[in-house]
Amino acid sequence: MMKNLLKTVAVFVAVSLSVGARAQLVVDITSGIDDPTPIAVSPFNWSGSGVLSEDVSGIISADLRRSGLFAPVPQADMLSFPKNPEEVVFRDWRILGTEYVVTGRIEPQAAGYLLTFDLVNIFGQQKMFTKQVSGGSRQLRDIAHRAADEIFEAITGIRGAFSTEMIYVLEEQRGGRPSYALMRADIDGARAREIRRFSAPVMSPMWSPNGQEVAYVSFETGRPAIFRENLSTGSRQQLTNFKGINSSPTWSPDGTKLAMVLSKDGNPEIYVLDLNTGKFTRMTRHFSIDTEPNWMPDGKSLVFTSDRGGKPQIYQLTLATGQVDRLTFDGDYNARPRVSPDGKTLVVVHRSRGVFTIATMDINTGRMRVLTETTLDESPSIAPNGAMLMYATKRGDKGILAAVSLDAGVKYNLPSQRGDVREPAWSPYFD
Amino acid sequence: MLKSVKTGLGLACAMVVLAGCSSTDTDDSAQQQMTQVQEPVVETPAQETAVPLDNVVYFDFDQSLLKPTTRELLIQHADRMRGNSATVRLEGHADELGTREYNLALGERRANAVRDFLVLQGVDAANLEVISYGEERPAQAGSSESARKMNRRVVIN
Repeated sequence: MMKNLLKTVAVFVAVSLSVGARAQLVVDITSGIDDPTPIAVSPFNWSGSGVLSEDVSGIISADLRRSGLFAPVPQADMLSFPKNPEEVVFRDWRILGTEYVVTGRIEPQAAGYLLTFDLVNIFGQQKMFTKQVSGGSRQLRDIAHRAADEIFEAITGIRGAFSTEMIYVLEEQRGGRPSYALMRADIDGARAREIRRFSAPVMSPMWSPNGQEVAYVSFETGRPAIFRENLSTGSRQQLTNFKGINSSPTWSPDGTKLAMVLSKDGNPEIYVLDLNTGKFTRMTRHFSIDTEPNWMPDGKSLVFTSDRGGKPQIYQLTLATGQVDRLTFDGDYNARPRVSPDGKTLVVVHRSRGVFTIATMDINTGRMRVLTETTLDESPSIAPNGAMLMYATKRGDKGILAAVSLDAGVKYNLPSQRGDVREPAWSPYFD
Repeated sequence: MLKSVKTGLGLACAMVVLAGCSSTDTDDSAQQQMTQVQEPVVETPAQETAVPLDNVVYFDFDQSLLKPTTRELLIQHADRMRGNSATVRLEGHADELGTREYNLALGERRANAVRDFLVLQGVDAANLEVISYGEERPAQAGSSESARKMNRRVVIN
């Protein structure tokens, strides 16, 4: 019983190489579902001394609001601030139309904090759960996101992804020259920090399935080369240095292989690198452009972009047989496919009427649906729960990140306070 | 004045080469004729090298076809590269439209088209190095059509 109630935040080492070089992203919600669930996160009780560095209940409210499925009640509208389920006056919350109330208590621990929080169903007049999350002295935000994950899952049945992170590319001017950085941030844009800075372009960051490493393409050697980097230690390895293009690294679901694009044979072809043996296997043989591979969740096939039909379209390659099947037929430009975690939906960059948007395609029916309304949308990356995706777009001439739910109901922007940001890669779950 | 001489030279070369390409075995003679045409127009070789050639050629969206004006310019470049062992970098670029990895491939395709044309003009392929930057290094920032035009390019360095 206690085991079910007690959830402990995994302590992961956050490598912060340059605290001064922050490029904070600020959430700007543009649309949610028509009828979001009203929920109140009552300010938590703090039994330690001094003031906490983070507003934990506020972070939980912001997480739930950003999901688009919830309408958190502003503190100013609350008639009382209950600290535990016994203090919840059901009648008061019913008057406000609040469906759920979250109460919580934060206690100091030897090396950090313990949050005990409760979810109360107002109309059912019952407590749904009491859970605990603990973390180190600098993990108040992690504690909040973990609690939000639990609340979200208890109400929606969908696993929360508020405690995931993202990696993205930042470009800015430094001393009159473009400077590039691989950045890492919480999925709400907070705690943005540099993984590594580059004086030449860097592109295509991709998380390893265990969330411990990132693969990317850097031009620092004078030509595009693929690197893998350990996110905890900062150690890295250059994986390729072939003539021509070395691009689009993407980890197999089991993390043992890396699919990529090499043009050493004269034009871009899909290769698979076995990370244990170092052996490269060529997977495509076609004079056209074959690029942007992504694995199906079962690891048995790859989807990729090819212009073998004259225009960029998505194809599926079965690894065992080498058979290639075309998947997209709607529109004259479909590229950079990403597959949803359940393997049922393809997310692509889709051009219709000259405008580049993010679209989903049901792999079984082939039905395509455009999710976004802006004009230069690219680089979609799907959350590990399959509910939302992050992508890059432009506002004015500035590169910003944005998110949309896979059903198109929820949208928000994550503009950067500094520089142009692009190529978001949504992390896997860290446990 | 210099500019019009240059253009005239380019056109003359293009016509000779196009004529040469239409039959299979006249490549050498076409090149010789080009040399012959070249000498009376440009007064001395010293002056020829003093006139810098445009080193950027441009492309249409999602295209790697060389435009007629591009061919003229590349013929002039080829004239200078032949017999010269210096390595020349052909940097392919794309505009911001479309996906980044696809544009990396498109930039390479454009640079390859320039390389293949130069090799047809007798330039040693071993001296030509192709690199694509895709849309990562725009010549001109912004999303205007004029900026995009400037970014769909191959730079001869």
